[in-house]
Amino acid sequence: MKFTEEHEWLQDDDGVVTVGITDHAAEQLGDIVFVELPEVGTEVTKDEEVVVIESVKAASDILAPIDGEIVEVNEAIVDEPSKVNEDPMGGGWFFKVKPSDPGQMDDYMDEAGYKSFIG
Amino acid sequence: MAELKETPLTQLHRELGAKMTGFAGYDMPLQFALGVMKEHQHTRAKAGLFDVSHMGQVIVRHASGYGGAAQALESLVPVDLMSLGEKRQRYGFFTNAEGGILDDLMLTNRGDHLFVVVNAACKDADIAHMKAGLPDCDVVEVTDRALLALQGPAAVEALAPIAGGCEIMKFLDTGIFTSDFGELWISRSGYTGEDGYEISVMADQAETFARALLAHDAVEPIGLGARDSLRLEAGLCLYGQDIDTSTTPVEAGLTWAIQKSRRTDGKRAGGFPGAEVILDQMANGVARCRVGLRPEGRAPMRHGTAIFGSEDAETPIGHVTSGAFGPTIEAPMSMGYVAASHTAPDTQLFGEVRGKRMPVKVASMPFTPANFKR
Repeated sequence: MKFTEEHEWLQDDDGVVTVGITDHAAEQLGDIVFVELPEVGTEVTKDEEVVVIESVKAASDILAPIDGEIVEVNEAIVDEPSKVNEDPMGGGWFFKVKPSDPGQMDDYMDEAGYKSFIG
Repeated sequence: MAELKETPLTQLHRELGAKMTGFAGYDMPLQFALGVMKEHQHTRAKAGLFDVSHMGQVIVRHASGYGGAAQALESLVPVDLMSLGEKRQRYGFFTNAEGGILDDLMLTNRGDHLFVVVNAACKDADIAHMKAGLPDCDVVEVTDRALLALQGPAAVEALAPIAGGCEIMKFLDTGIFTSDFGELWISRSGYTGEDGYEISVMADQAETFARALLAHDAVEPIGLGARDSLRLEAGLCLYGQDIDTSTTPVEAGLTWAIQKSRRTDGKRAGGFPGAEVILDQMANGVARCRVGLRPEGRAPMRHGTAIFGSEDAETPIGHVTSGAFGPTIEAPMSMGYVAASHTAPDTQLFGEVRGKRMPVKVASMPFTPANFKR
């Protein structure tokens, strides 16, 4: 699993990368009340805003961590945004992307690196 | 930036693991371990304890007693204080010469003087305003007391063992109680839409008093985050956001707080700053009004969101002043000002969120029914 400085996690399973936010990010955001996901089939580029989430505190944008095509989104968190807080690193995933440049993954931190990043 | 001030409960908040934030110059708890959503729900279901010690507590005295103080203060507020019963409390606001609102406040008849509670951000200005406007009165800020709010249906069972007799009080009754924590100044009031109390306690007793309340199974500490969503669901204004010097009480829908005696043809009509503007607006109407708004879907429309009369209109007809997700109604909710022509309940409007026009309907407030002990 890889981690971004934007507090996203990326899990590569046979060429499809699942993206979500970390436990730390979910904790910092507070209770999430609204999620807007991209449509399946959308081509995204790195650092493009692809997901909007609103917590009890504020709205936040989630950036695409890599270039690629959105192949699946987690509709369950649209119906029940609290699932993101309950299990951000598992059932609260956001979308799956088929990367067009898998090498972009290499830029990101591993778990130990992320842990020291959040201190 | 100046260092944040602390309340007598700041150390307790830290010990309880609160996330702290700066608010009106004070270091205040934003949320505790439960988090905003659960704190909100807990308050509606059981009881929540809020530190509101940042608010100003002020005593206004006149040599002739309550009547003199009431008569004097009526020159600054459009509220009927002369007929306010002993130990009764009333909501009001300071107005300016243009009819705008300088602050909103609670006023209590304490027999031989008036007790006033004002907002934290305005308290220095309010006290200066009263000192300047009430030359025959003694205006003294109470600086050795904390203020706590205990809100929710179980508030009565948590407070009654400490302040016997508080259970028979009705909404907006007040009283002075002796207790193990010294003299408590209690009112059956609050700002959540729930039954409950606001309790003024000596600063040096505040922490042990708060711990005694928190020891009750039904009571949890609640931060400013849930305080905001609770008051918004209850349709209550936050000064500085929903009302300020640019809004009049008529535009804000607060004319219920202007009793008959202070209105045109009343016994003591007018006589407060901006009376001409406010009484004229009451007679002839206003161009914009504060309304409740219920967005469709789940996305909140927050403070500043522009409101349009149609999906393609170029000019907004209003804007949101407060918006959040309502944990009890399980839906987003907002309040704001819109053109008077668009204020009927269920009127279809559009709010611009992230560049998109999203449907929203005018809704009556409160969003949740009030649960006061009338």
